[in-house]
Amino acid sequence: MKDKKPKSVFKEGAISSEFIGNSIYKHQTKTSIGAHNIFLGQVRADVIDNKTVSAIEYTAYEEMSNAKFHEIREAAFEKFELTCMHIYHSLGKVNVGEICLFVFVSSPRRKVVFEALEFIVEAIKADVPIFGKEIFEDSTHQWKQNN
Amino acid sequence: MRITVRYFGQIAEITNKEKEVLEFSGHTISELMESLYSKYTLLKTKDFQVAQNQELVALKTELTGQEIALLPPFAGG
Repeated sequence: MKDKKPKSVFKEGAISSEFIGNSIYKHQTKTSIGAHNIFLGQVRADVIDNKTVSAIEYTAYEEMSNAKFHEIREAAFEKFELTCMHIYHSLGKVNVGEICLFVFVSSPRRKVVFEALEFIVEAIKADVPIFGKEIFEDSTHQWKQNN
Repeated sequence: MRITVRYFGQIAEITNKEKEVLEFSGHTISELMESLYSKYTLLKTKDFQVAQNQELVALKTELTGQEIALLPPFAGG
């Protein structure tokens, strides 16, 4: 059975490794799955004009983001033979080295999950109205921009 | 017509608010933008897209009311 019901994507703060590990554990009962693939976005300590990023504070146009996440899910299920997929994105402050995006796809076979994961992550970066304030160690900031 | 305009990220830093309700008599997104540019002059220096009722729209699009959002570059992931 395909897991298509709408889910809450946003989580306050960083996504913990316990949460990620537990998500993997929960899929052990879904025995039609033969392959998982996982993408983890981690906040990087970029150095810009000699200042180092210490955290990113995420905000989003939540209503539109949820609609876009739903469209991406539908498109991914349409395009790829997936058993299930999960997307979690942080809101609020995420420190460098912590996880801000967790995408988890599962399928009976491996080739599908490589392609599906890339499709989903690229769509999230391009289409979902999420904004990131890069906070430097001296408390100044600039706005992150995906490219 | 009554329109709710929402501002995000660096756009909200310029407008100094995240949301406002405006009475507006123009007919297109472009006319609304001209009105916002005269109210918030620094907006012209920023890169953003416009969403009407949660869909990205072009400036020539007819204004149908409800919710307009000014969206700076996306940074998810």
